[in-house]
Amino acid sequence: MPIYFQSKDIVLPGDLLAEGDYKAGTGTFKEDSKIYSAVIGLFEIRGKILRVISLEGTYIPRPNDVVIGKIVDVSPTNWKVEIRAPYLANLPAANYFEKPIDPLKEDIRRHLNVGDIIVAKIVSFNRTQDPLLTTKERGLGKLRGGRIIEMACTKIPRLIGRKGSMVNMIKEETGCRIVVGQNGRVWVSCKKPEYEELIEKVIRKIELEAHTSGLTDRVRELIRREKERLEK
Amino acid sequence: MKIIKHEIPEKLITEDGIRTDGRKPHELRPTKLEVGILKRADGSAYIEQGKNKIMVAVYGPRELHPRHLALPDRALLRCFYRMASFSVQERKSPAPSRREIELSKVIREALEPVIFLERFPKTAIDVFIEVLQADGGTRCASITTAALALADAGIPMRDLVSAVAVGKVDGYIVLDINDLEDKYGEGDMPTAIMPRKKEVTLIQLDGRWTPEEFKQGFELAIKGCEQIYQLQREALKRRYLEIREQAAKEMEERAENP
Repeated sequence: MPIYFQSKDIVLPGDLLAEGDYKAGTGTFKEDSKIYSAVIGLFEIRGKILRVISLEGTYIPRPNDVVIGKIVDVSPTNWKVEIRAPYLANLPAANYFEKPIDPLKEDIRRHLNVGDIIVAKIVSFNRTQDPLLTTKERGLGKLRGGRIIEMACTKIPRLIGRKGSMVNMIKEETGCRIVVGQNGRVWVSCKKPEYEELIEKVIRKIELEAHTSGLTDRVRELIRREKERLEK
Repeated sequence: MKIIKHEIPEKLITEDGIRTDGRKPHELRPTKLEVGILKRADGSAYIEQGKNKIMVAVYGPRELHPRHLALPDRALLRCFYRMASFSVQERKSPAPSRREIELSKVIREALEPVIFLERFPKTAIDVFIEVLQADGGTRCASITTAALALADAGIPMRDLVSAVAVGKVDGYIVLDINDLEDKYGEGDMPTAIMPRKKEVTLIQLDGRWTPEEFKQGFELAIKGCEQIYQLQREALKRRYLEIREQAAKEMEERAENP
């Protein structure tokens, strides 16, 4: 049962990762008890499960992901939300309001209209149904003010860091409010616009260097250096 | 103004087996591959193979318009092979020609088997191939480059696709034919394979070849594809390894003067 690569090695589509009694995780596939990589990315061994963390790619919705979306269409009981995926998401009015509403009496446009930005959670998604959203949880709902920064969704885990270490560090260092969507949208709101620009710079660095180690320290240093420059 | 003229040599291969561009019969043209050249595409790649210059952009999986084209069980792969009007000696009309439409189709069919299309039902994956300068064997160079652009877009694939054309020129079987050899040679055979299992995804042939010549040519094509495959691997990895090295350097500097 040999494994042909080490953790964090860069592997390419079609690379033979291992033979024998292993499970094919995300970014891999199995062909006659051999496991191959399906994408370009970082190899990862988790016990018996082999994965390849993709370095590129468009966002594909997964249940329980928190995403940032834009309303693109309204019907009497439903919103259509663009979430940077190949599929438009649905947010039924029942998944937004605490109490049931009467669509004949109330116009849901007064609550959310085309162009509004929301944070939502994906309830379900599969091959036959478009993604279904809800905002009935703490921290979800309409976003006001701030700005949206878009980045590669494959690099979001790196922005969040282990147990949120990276994003929490950025919040502490800058004092800004940050909401990270798994679909590669980041909402930031700072007291000074310069800080929002600083965070964009930080995100670009994380995006470029996502596959390197010791990134949190280098990012902290970048923020401190930039802060010093701003405060002069 | 200088008018560039095509000179047709009397012999395409000299007695000591040297071709018009100075190559040996089993030698590839100098080939340069680059990945991620277009910022706004999901994936992109560029090739220079001899005088060929081809750019490929990949978009998707993305929402498919018009909707009625969508397939309920898999993604629709669309390829657009296009030659720039300035890519050949005589100006080419910018309208899609019969040849371009057919090449789009064979390239699509050469790429289809490696992509996990069934993972993205109802969507489209678009591959735009722009030939900026043509020098023979563009369909093979396009396939090679499109495979890289697809990998760069993060689209799950079973393997890459590597392609090269062999030809019959002055009775010799030669690798990676150029424009002159294509036009004035006795036949050509573009071949694309999935390198891992050596499965053929494209093979075309014209001219008169004996079964022996075909066998010899096919073996040569496989060998050529393997060389191309190594170049593809190197091009895909290069970008990430460079950034990694840079980051390591930065860390070292930090460790030296904290």
